[in-house]
Parts: sequence; C-alpha cells; structure tokens
Amino acid sequence: MIALLIRDLRLALRAGGGFGLGLAFFLIVTVLVPFSVGPQQALLGSIAAGVLWLGALLACLLSLDRLLALDYEDGTLDLLLTAPLPLEAVVSIKALAHWLTTGLPLVLAAPVLGVLLNLPGGGFFWLVVSLALGTPALSVIGTFGAALTVGIKRGGLLLSLLVLPLYVPTLIFGAEAARRGAAGLDPQTPVLMLAGITFATIALMPFASAAVLRMGLR
Amino acid sequence: MSIWQYANPVKFLALSARVQPVLWVVSIAFVVVGLSWGFFATPDDFRQGSTVKIIYLHVPAALMAINAWFMMLVTSLIWLIRRHHVSALAAKAAAPIGVVMTVIALLTGAIWGQPMWGTWWAWDPRLTSFLILFLFYLGYIALWEAIEDPDTAADLTSVLCLVGSVFAILSRYAVQFWNQGLHQGTSVPVATGGRTVADVFFYPLLISMIGFGLLFVALVFYRTGTEIRLRRASALRARSERGV
Amino acid sequence: MMPDLGKYAVEVLSAYAASLALLVGLVVLTLRRGRAARADLEAAEADVKRNG
Repeated sequence: MIALLIRDLRLALRAGGGFGLGLAFFLIVTVLVPFSVGPQQALLGSIAAGVLWLGALLACLLSLDRLLALDYEDGTLDLLLTAPLPLEAVVSIKALAHWLTTGLPLVLAAPVLGVLLNLPGGGFFWLVVSLALGTPALSVIGTFGAALTVGIKRGGLLLSLLVLPLYVPTLIFGAEAARRGAAGLDPQTPVLMLAGITFATIALMPFASAAVLRMGLR
Repeated sequence: MSIWQYANPVKFLALSARVQPVLWVVSIAFVVVGLSWGFFATPDDFRQGSTVKIIYLHVPAALMAINAWFMMLVTSLIWLIRRHHVSALAAKAAAPIGVVMTVIALLTGAIWGQPMWGTWWAWDPRLTSFLILFLFYLGYIALWEAIEDPDTAADLTSVLCLVGSVFAILSRYAVQFWNQGLHQGTSVPVATGGRTVADVFFYPLLISMIGFGLLFVALVFYRTGTEIRLRRASALRARSERGV
Repeated sequence: MMPDLGKYAVEVLSAYAASLALLVGLVVLTLRRGRAARADLEAAEADVKRNG
C-alpha cells in the first residue's frame, strides 16, 4: 500500500506529472477575481472566504481526470484490479495521493492568497481549518467521479458535470465556516457538519469507487 | 406469477400495449380537467392574487420531479441486484421525464415567486434544491449517453443514481442551512401536498397531481418500450454482423 | 371565458404556456423516438429473415 502511495506521489511530482498546476490555477483564479468584481477592498474582503473556497474546489476538480486516466491508458489499472491489494484500498490510496499533491498545497497557499483578497484577520485561521477539513472530501468524492468516467474519451467535462453537484454540501459548509470565521461569528456548526461529511465520505466512497471501477473495466 | 414476470421484455411489451391506451386517455383527461378547473374556476388568493393558479402546475411537477428520481433509484437497485434489463431501461426512460418535470417546477416556481420577491429568480431553499436536482438529472443522462456498452452504462448510471440520491438528500439539508430563515415567510408558497391548502384549491390540485402522475407512468411505459426495441434492434444487428 | 387575472396576467399565462409547451414537446419527442425505434427494429428483423 505504501509502495503504491509512493509511486503515485513520485509520478505526480516529477516533471510533466501535473504537480503545481492546481496551485497555479488557484493563484490565477484568485488574481482574476478583482478584475471581474472591481478592486474595492471592502467588497473583496466580504467575498474573499467564499471565493477562495470556490477557487480551491475548482483547482481540485481540474486535477481529477489525471487521477485514473493515465493508469487506465498504460494498463496499470487492469493490473491493480488483479493485485492482492483490495480495490477499495487502491482507490483510497489514489485519493490520498491526490490530496497530498493537490489539496494540501491549496490549503497552505490559501492564506497567502487571502492577503490578495483582503481577507479579514480572523478569517485566516478558519479558512485554513475549513479547507484542511474539506479538501480530503473533495479528493475522495472526485475519485468516485474519476472512476465513473475512466474509460470515456475526453471525459473531463462529463467528470465536472458529475462531480460538481456532489461537491455542493462540502462547499456550502466549508465556505460557511470560512465566512463565519472571517466575520467573527461562531463557525462551530458548519465545521462539525463539514467534518461529518469528510469522515463519512472517506469511509464510504471508496466502496462505491471500487465497485464502479470493477464495472467499468470488465 | 408475480410482478417479476414483467422482467421478461416480451411480457413487458405485451403488458405495456394493453395498459397504455387507458393510461394515456385517463392521464390526459385528469391533467386537462385539473388545470382547466384550476385556471378557470377557482378564486384568486387574498395575498397572491391570480398567481395562486400556478399551484396547479408547480406542485404536481415538483412532486413528479422527485418521484421520478425515486423510481429511478428503485429500478437501478433492481438492476444491480437482479440484473433485469427492463428495469435498467425503465430508469433510463424515466430520466428525461424527470428533467422536464424539474424544469417546469423551476420555471413555475420562479415565476410564482416573482411578485413576492421582485426578481425572476431567488435562491430560495426549495428552488435551489430543485436546481441541484436538475444538475443530477443532467449528469445521469449524460453518463448513459457517454458509455458504449449498454450493460456497463446501466451499471455505472445505477451507482451514480444511488450515490447521487444520498448527496441530493444531503444537499437538501445543506441548502436549508445555507439559506435558513431569510425567506421564511415569503418563500415560494408551496403547499406540501395540499393539506394546508383550502378545499376550493385542493380538489383541482389533487386532480392535476393524479394526472401528472398517470402521465409519468404512461410515458415511462412507452419510453421503456422504445428502449427495449432499440436494444433488441442493435443486438440483432450485432449478431448478423458476426455472421451468427 | 378568460378569468380576470388582474395584474399578474403575464406571470400566470407565461407559466401555463411554458409548462404546456414543455409537456407537449416531451410527448411529441417521445412519440417520434418511439416510432423510429419500431421502424428500426422491423428493419433489423427483416434483415435477419432475409439473411437467415
């Protein structure tokens, strides 16, 4: 299992592996926001938490189609199906690798980008906490979407259509937690809901993802 | 002989042929009577004026939008467990009907709320939930279209329906949390099934709801028949190509 | 015959027009696809008969 994780991490980190693209996208989207809504500090500050959450979510989404597609193309996925490791563990490892190479960097970059958008002082902590809690859920749910579209040519757009509605609850509670933190209100409820979603999806989605992979590769 | 005999496509088509004429006539009759009664012969509401007449479209459509997805959920489970192709095709057949019902619910809901909110759209919890449901429907239909092998498509869309159902329910609560209390009194005045609606509105509403429901059943029978025929035709062609 | 819809005439009428248009459209498209499927099946069955 560790070997698989290390392999996926290495593949993502080497040149051409796509590492950093999610981060770059996050940065670019953040930079584009003031161009679209205007540079007034007050306005930016009031939407910063939500916009950063949305940017992080979209950056996660974009790196999903490489999650399984490359292994599918070179036959690794077929090998993994017959490997002694349970498929549920395989997809969990893949989701973990995705989070380590995409979600986690976004969490770390968010405070820096928060400065760009005039995020209120109290918001930084809760932005990082909510993203740290929520991005694993995004990775796990995204893995399910990637499994559904694994054999489909140019399935990237379809992947987005399938995954984005699934992302809504995570986004609602994550962004609400970050917003309340930025406004100085108590974010306890959305944080707890977010944690609930993350733990439930980490525990349950791998079964759905593995089932779907088996069906799609038969 | 149980209901499972209709898992046999031939038996299903026979049942469908027997049942459809009655279904179509009765459903259209109920829809016409319900809508006409509601449109022409009911009074205006004290607060909402004539817009209350939209209820005869909105509530039945919204109800069917949800029921269609629920039916898809059940038939998807039957496919996954018992592998009856008719069941998988019924789910596929129901989805476009559900989409249309959802769109009607959205359009009528937005129009109905306009006098109340002063805009053509508001992020009212109920409307927002239906918008999300619309996206789930689109994804489901798109996945059917994207996968070549029909059995694999049936499998994947069934799991999507299952997982989607869980997230749809979760979204419902998330959306209520997200927009709680803002439009409590002035949210789209959707009565839950008619119990809180006065009698004079209730009967045409009930007739309309029955009509929409029967129309859904008629359409599902017809469309499932279409899917069965399409599947059989392509199976025949595949066999003759192989020289069997 | 037409009830007095008052100031909400546009809203109510457009709601009814749009909904009925969608329902009729759905039924029409359903019937067209159904007819095409029947024709397709008959053609395929005829092919099989001809070529054994």
